[in-house]
Amino acid sequence: MNRLAYIGFAIIAVIVVTAVFAPLFASWDAATVPDTALRLAPPSGTHWFGTDVLGYDVFSRVVYGARISLQVGVTVTIISAIFGMIIGAVAGFYGGFIDKFLSGYLFNVFLAFPGLLLAIALVAFLGAGLGKMILALCIIGWVGYARVMRGQVLKVREFDFVQAARALGASNLRILFIHILPNAIQPLIVQASLGMAGAVLSEASLSFLGLGIPPPTPSWGTMIEDARTTYTIAPHTLLFPGLAIALTVLAFNFIGDGLREYLDPKQRRR
Amino acid sequence: MKYKVINILRQFGLLVLVVWTVVSLVTLLIELVPGDPAVAILGENATPEQIDSFRLKHGLDKPAFFFTYSRDPELYRGIREFEQQPKEKERRNEQWFVSNAVEDLLVDLRVREFRWHGTDNRYMNYWTGVLHGDLGNSFKTDTPVLNLILERYPNTIKLALAAMFIAILIAIPLGVLAGTRKGSLVDNFSSFFALLGISLPTFVIGPFLVYLFAVKIQIFSATGSLYPEDIVLPAVTLGAALSAILTRMVRSSVIEELGEDYVRTARAKGLSERTVIYKHVLKNGLIPVVTILGLQLGVLLAGSIITEKIFAWPGLGLLLLDEGIAKRDYRLVQGCVLAISVTYIFANALTDWIYRRLDPRIRLS
Repeated sequence: MNRLAYIGFAIIAVIVVTAVFAPLFASWDAATVPDTALRLAPPSGTHWFGTDVLGYDVFSRVVYGARISLQVGVTVTIISAIFGMIIGAVAGFYGGFIDKFLSGYLFNVFLAFPGLLLAIALVAFLGAGLGKMILALCIIGWVGYARVMRGQVLKVREFDFVQAARALGASNLRILFIHILPNAIQPLIVQASLGMAGAVLSEASLSFLGLGIPPPTPSWGTMIEDARTTYTIAPHTLLFPGLAIALTVLAFNFIGDGLREYLDPKQRRR
Repeated sequence: MKYKVINILRQFGLLVLVVWTVVSLVTLLIELVPGDPAVAILGENATPEQIDSFRLKHGLDKPAFFFTYSRDPELYRGIREFEQQPKEKERRNEQWFVSNAVEDLLVDLRVREFRWHGTDNRYMNYWTGVLHGDLGNSFKTDTPVLNLILERYPNTIKLALAAMFIAILIAIPLGVLAGTRKGSLVDNFSSFFALLGISLPTFVIGPFLVYLFAVKIQIFSATGSLYPEDIVLPAVTLGAALSAILTRMVRSSVIEELGEDYVRTARAKGLSERTVIYKHVLKNGLIPVVTILGLQLGVLLAGSIITEKIFAWPGLGLLLLDEGIAKRDYRLVQGCVLAISVTYIFANALTDWIYRRLDPRIRLS
């Protein structure tokens, strides 16, 4: 694997540790109880990343924001990957009319909404909240996995060992889960790490648009939205949450690219 | 020939089917609003008369769809009260969680009723409106939604095209440089630039550019669209991610094409490297890039929602956010979502068509 992928893993490890052990690094009170006497204070010994317009400690909010980002990222990726894999596998394995309906029609309908728009629309009508946001992101996310899975299954099911398994009398489900799935899963791992980057970015985008988790729960997107009125006089309010998002997304992209190169020998030679 | 016609018809049929589903989904989106949309818009303090006249005016008094399979609230309450004595209910809640849920479901099924409403429903009415070019009236201002959208639409298209132009301007020279000097400093820089462009969200790039070019060096204004040059910052912000993706595409395309036989021929007959690259390699290498460009036009349309918010750019996205979602004007939200997704679908279909025309190999396969 290339060097950048290792850097990616290292960054993610740091972020995961920060999120899991958030109380060790920062205090929940500083992140959610505003200190009105200390608004827009620049970074200092007591407030490492300064304070924002309401007097929240930016460092504490960035640390606790990692929890929300990872929580949404992991949940959305797992749910949409499982759902997408099942649908994609069914489409690729059974073919015929089922495939025509799923990949010809259903995939196209979900791909017909540009990226975030469907999520924005869903949250706008359903109302804001963590669960609803995760639901909306899963609804737009599963198609990517389904397409990759379908392509893989179409390829793998023609291999000799699948014919052999069938000749031995294995059932469809057994062939699908025991023989095809393990051989089809590699590109999905790449897709999942890129999907994590996408989910983290989408969460931040929705929060930025005011459609995410309601305040005062800290989220990086909300922090940037709050900083929009103040960053000209206090750039640190924008800089640190912005860096956090960029680093997280960059790290997942590094991992995804590295894995793709590692798993695809054709690209590795280049 | 016959095969060709069938193929075109099939593609067109699929397009119609997808548009139909998308419009239907958008139509039914309003049913997702928890509670009564009329109450959500008019507020808790509205009198029953106000609510009724609002419903009548916007057709919300009609049933939502051709049929309903909903429960009768009176009957439901009656059955629950009759079947569950308070004391017994408490015990069940504690101990028999699953059986409680099953029982709830059974009661629910018993009070549900299938009812046919006929064609005078909200779904049909919205569709009739769409086909007549009427997207309904805004819940808040009572102006036709179509007019509001048409007023803002050109601004969004202008922004998306400007972003695309900027992305091409950056990506093609950078991608060619990186591709022809593989492994060099330029190549590494372009890879880094590309990853940065993909990873930095627009709402980080945008304010950063404003800070740099509107606050520190005051050459552009921070927001608005008063002067022609005001489009530069939003366009760069929106185009950053695309330029990153395009740079990567152009690079790998150029590397791939450089290995082809015709390049050796061109070089062998003594053409300058410049001519080889720009006349031969780039021409062939741009085919996949064109596809990405077309597909990204739609992504730009959706991405412009965020960019428009950052720069207060008066496009469709700002209309959707500030007038639609913020003011709970659901009719307007429906219209905006519809306009953006239909544009997206047609942009993609057009790209597909151009792609097929450009490359005969795809047309035949």
